[in-house]
Amino acid sequence: MKRVALLGMPNTGKSTFFNRLTGAAAKVGNWPGVTVDLLSAKVLLGAEMVEIVDLPGIYNLHGFAEDERVARRFLEENAVDLLLVIVNATQLDRQLALVLQLQSLGLPILVLLNMGDEATRLGIQIDESHLSADLQIPVLTISAKHGHGFGPAKTKLTEMLRSAEPARKASMTEVFADDDALESRLDQLFERNVNVPLTSSERFSDRLDRILLHPWFGLPMFFLAMLGMFEAVYTLGAPLQDAVAWLLEVVKADAVTPAVIGWSPVLQSFLLDGLFDGVGTVLSFLPIIVLFFLFMAIVEDSGYLSRAAFLMDAFMSRLGLDGRAFVMQLMGFGCNVPALMGTRVMRSRGLRLLTMLIIPFSLCSARLQVFVFFTTAIFEPWAAPLVLFSLYVASFLAAFMTAVIYRHRLTHAEPLLLELPPYRFPTGAQMWLRGWREVTHFLREASGFILLGVVLVWFLTHYPFGIEPASAETLAGRMSALFAPIFEPIGIDNLMTIALIFGFVAKEIVLGAMAVIYGVGEGQLAGIVAGRTDWVQAYSFMLFVLIYTPCLSTVAVLKQESKSWKFTAFAVGWPLFLAWSVSFIFYQGARWLGL
Amino acid sequence: MFTSTGSVFTLSTTLNELPLGQTAVICAIGGDGELRTRIQSMGLRVGRAVAVIRRSRFGGPLQVRIGTTDLLIRPQQALLVELEPLS
Ligand SMILES: Nc1nc2c(ncn2[C@@H]2O[C@H](COP(=O)(O)OP(=O)(O)OP(=O)(O)O)[C@@H](O)[C@H]2O)c(=O)[nH]1
Ligand SMILES: [Mg+2]
Repeated sequence: MKRVALLGMPNTGKSTFFNRLTGAAAKVGNWPGVTVDLLSAKVLLGAEMVEIVDLPGIYNLHGFAEDERVARRFLEENAVDLLLVIVNATQLDRQLALVLQLQSLGLPILVLLNMGDEATRLGIQIDESHLSADLQIPVLTISAKHGHGFGPAKTKLTEMLRSAEPARKASMTEVFADDDALESRLDQLFERNVNVPLTSSERFSDRLDRILLHPWFGLPMFFLAMLGMFEAVYTLGAPLQDAVAWLLEVVKADAVTPAVIGWSPVLQSFLLDGLFDGVGTVLSFLPIIVLFFLFMAIVEDSGYLSRAAFLMDAFMSRLGLDGRAFVMQLMGFGCNVPALMGTRVMRSRGLRLLTMLIIPFSLCSARLQVFVFFTTAIFEPWAAPLVLFSLYVASFLAAFMTAVIYRHRLTHAEPLLLELPPYRFPTGAQMWLRGWREVTHFLREASGFILLGVVLVWFLTHYPFGIEPASAETLAGRMSALFAPIFEPIGIDNLMTIALIFGFVAKEIVLGAMAVIYGVGEGQLAGIVAGRTDWVQAYSFMLFVLIYTPCLSTVAVLKQESKSWKFTAFAVGWPLFLAWSVSFIFYQGARWLGL
Repeated sequence: MFTSTGSVFTLSTTLNELPLGQTAVICAIGGDGELRTRIQSMGLRVGRAVAVIRRSRFGGPLQVRIGTTDLLIRPQQALLVELEPLS
């Protein structure tokens, strides 16, 4: 099968083009370094299937960050039929340098000048055919986001592939050629073929920057916006969740329960209290998760992430980190796994490890479910968003404190240079794609290990059969008695301990496990929990959930990225210790104050 | 390689010292191999005009503009970008 590699500088729209061409759902974001691993998909071009490979962005062929290595290694090890080079049409003055470098690899190239829409808006004129003649490479202008010029680009690609010689490996040895000659060639190309008007009026991004990057109000505004986002997730998401919970109750009462009548009690209990309530409770959070990720999609596509790095870099550097580490923390709000992978853009090991150590404290969407549930169950509606916000603050504090403690062991001298892209807004299609990605991800997890976890919890709380479920004589009861000396001092009762233990695998299981333990659906769970726990216990529980190991996938990625068991063990052990200590201080302190 | 202190005739400044809103032309890029290449591929090349758009507080990074590219650069790295004397 023929193979096409997508190459280009970071943030030029490679993944956007990849998605449009192959129908895949690669993650897109207005941040250099969203794609940090290979991603391939097959597509029918003309009469043949072609493999398209989306690669991490590279600034040149000399880079040594992990993401750049991935791209280079791919070129070194794989035969490729064609290089599809995506260039940002508004930055040809520097991006053509990469095209010139890639030319020396000796492979057929098709250059796509992406972001044609933005180039037009800026009044940039490009003599496409002349540039193409100068480079002796076909050049086409497109907009991968809006689809302009996509048809001709696809036709050209098909045509070039049809007549391409057999696939070859790139000859990487010649790349380290003299850079001065390349520079003069670049200047000449740019001068002859591109016309950039002198900007007269202030651009939209400049005006927005004046507000968002304001020396005094920039950061407070960021935190206010975050608070606003949680308010929105609550006000919009809670009714949707109630609707799903209600629907599940109806289905349970009117369809599932009648269907299993007459079956053995154990089987009935397994199906209703185990599978249905457990998985149903997890599923009822789907609307909130989708909503939350739509907000995240807007944030990640806005270009604000680079600005956040700008605002926070001075502070982060005092913690031994840099502005990008803060951005990874924000990405971690969605899911810690891609955030951990995102540290591949950092070159020095010290900085990378320190950043990887703090990312798991980021309050991810799985933990968000637990907190949304507890805050609505225990607190007044007006207080709930504020309590949730306080947990986000706690998440930052835990991360910052960890960095302060370990910054002297994981030192580095990494320079920082980062692109500040213009502000952008995702299209409806892009948001839909993102929502869809998250739904499928969520459903895959729910049907996989969440299901497994729920089944296990059901078994533990019901075996030996015939006695009161979740009572002291069941397996769960005995297990939690074993852990009681650890969890009693932090105010977590026996049954919740079971949920916490399973939460080690994934936080989505926590609520599913609780539903199984109490033998009710999501609809009634809130009432039961509110009756059994006061707010101090609930908050102590939430602090523990926030800080201890997020999930097994995170642990696996910590190992994969650090390539060190020692570091991984430490990155699991330290948060466990910290979680217990923080909950202990909070719980005992609050009790001591008489709360 | 040029250094600002090595020459008696030109008193070149670095990007760090460029006042807000002023434009100057880059005359040399310091730093070792990889960092230098990275700085150049971000668009900071000899002969290009550069301006500082804003500085963040507490010794944080600068926002600079080269043509249509905006960059965040730490003061330590901005020190490596030498500018022709302002007229
Ligand atoms: N205006 C405009 N924006 C675009 C276009 N193509 C992509 N974008 C935006 O550019 C940003 C980067 O897109 P990606 O597809 O993630 O870029 P990438 O090259 O894969 O980036 P990395 O994976 O980080 O190297 C996103 O905000 C896209 O929505 C386009 O044609 N026009
Ligand atoms: Mg990408």
